[in-house]
Amino acid sequence: MFADTLPGDQGSAYVAAAYLFFLALLLVYLAIMGVRVARMRRELSELEQLTRERRDAPPASEQEPERLPT
Amino acid sequence: MRVLAALLRKELRLELRTLESVPGMILFGVTIFVVFHFGLDRASVEGDLAAGILVVTILFAGMLGLNRLYVADEEQGGFDGFLLAPVDRTWLFVAKAGALFAYLVALELVAVPAFALLLLEPGLGQALPELLLVLALLNAGFAIIAALVGAIAVRTRARDLLGPLIALPLLIPVVIGAARLLEPLLREGGAGGLDATWLAILGLYDLVFGLLSIAVFDPLLED
Amino acid sequence: MHGKGLRGLSVATIVVLVGAFAIAAFYAPLDADQGFRQKIFYLHVPLAIVSLVGFIVGGLLAVQHLRSRASIWDLRSYVAIHISLILGVAVLVTGAIWAKTSWGVWWLWDEPTLVSFLIVFLLYATYTPMRFAIEDPERQARYASVFAIAGGAFVPICFGAVRAQEQEVHPQTFGSGELPGPMWLTFLVSLAGMALLFATLYRFEIETKLTRGRLRALRRRLLDDDAPVQRRSAAPTI
Repeated sequence: MFADTLPGDQGSAYVAAAYLFFLALLLVYLAIMGVRVARMRRELSELEQLTRERRDAPPASEQEPERLPT
Repeated sequence: MRVLAALLRKELRLELRTLESVPGMILFGVTIFVVFHFGLDRASVEGDLAAGILVVTILFAGMLGLNRLYVADEEQGGFDGFLLAPVDRTWLFVAKAGALFAYLVALELVAVPAFALLLLEPGLGQALPELLLVLALLNAGFAIIAALVGAIAVRTRARDLLGPLIALPLLIPVVIGAARLLEPLLREGGAGGLDATWLAILGLYDLVFGLLSIAVFDPLLED
Repeated sequence: MHGKGLRGLSVATIVVLVGAFAIAAFYAPLDADQGFRQKIFYLHVPLAIVSLVGFIVGGLLAVQHLRSRASIWDLRSYVAIHISLILGVAVLVTGAIWAKTSWGVWWLWDEPTLVSFLIVFLLYATYTPMRFAIEDPERQARYASVFAIAGGAFVPICFGAVRAQEQEVHPQTFGSGELPGPMWLTFLVSLAGMALLFATLYRFEIETKLTRGRLRALRRRLLDDDAPVQRRSAAPTI
């Protein structure tokens, strides 16, 4: 089926390059977004950890709030 | 209208007293002609090359004006003073554009004769009225865009860098129009006429961007 | 991270876009003079249209921001322009590749559409540095909106001005009415796919930014941080 529309045209490499570039760009973008989402997830679990520690600790109002390393 | 006259007078008087922009622009413009002479290795130019050199020179020399346009207001509280006055803020934009237009005229009064003297093969006399018209439209376009972009750039940290970077793409239609219009005027052996299409495009661009700038200028001054 | 309908949108995007490329490869007939090379058309032109529309939409959203002064509109405008810029890179690269296959050169100055796109791209390339150079978030948003409105108006003007007297050598398969039905259909499906892609990325980016804003607010509350250290950022802060 591919042979019907794909003759031995010299341009096919360029066509492939164009589509592949588009795909690569999209993948890079998604990878960057993935890293960002992963970072947010990590921050979120840090905060969860923090709330759990606070709940377990005695409710001491004079105690300094713990600080996370940033 | 009185507000505009007062603001314009203030701009021009400030420039006359401090001479911060215009002398630098003129010197820069003439120096660019020399640079073009050596860069192109040509004793004289005409036609499209001459048009290009003239437009680019005015553009680059004008960039110095753009960068200085709002600096005094930003650094010495001119914005605050203006905001306290009960006047329409649009006038500041019109006055700044008008002042820059005047600076460009001053630049051209020196730079264009210098260009004719140093590089231009055909004399300026062959199409002087048309030349003045095109330069006026070029100046207006530049002044409008620079007055808007300058107001944005002056509040940023890298103002001298961002001003030209933002302004140049916006100016490209002006450059195309002015260069196409100047080309027949600077042709050797008799000037051609003005192309009505390009004249209309250039005029329309000036008009549209003028109105657009007036519409969006206000938010730049609020603080 | 569950924007409403984001999952459905993503699935629709993948289906339509892959479908579009599939029918571009197998169904659309070969162009009479361009042959297989014409297939770049189904990638390049929809990308360019979507990217330009995105810039204009960014301007319209900025108008809304200046009217309402709600920072969510600034965020929307920023994201629209951001995605358009990313797609713009693909437009320029695929355009150059198409120029190479069609005319044998990587760049053709006689080609008004390509040149106008470059000018618009260069203008918007300064959008992010401009935002970054303004520290106060409120002023940053305001100035960015002015930029976005001026830029959005510049897009059609620039295309008109550059096109005005350049000769037309762009492969006029499009808009002249002579495009055969199957090609036209393929083109429309590709355009729909690209528009969906833009919408998905836009929603995704917005959701991420909003979630991050909420996360930071939560962190501040938990740590009793009244004055958070604002990191300088080009992105709007919500």
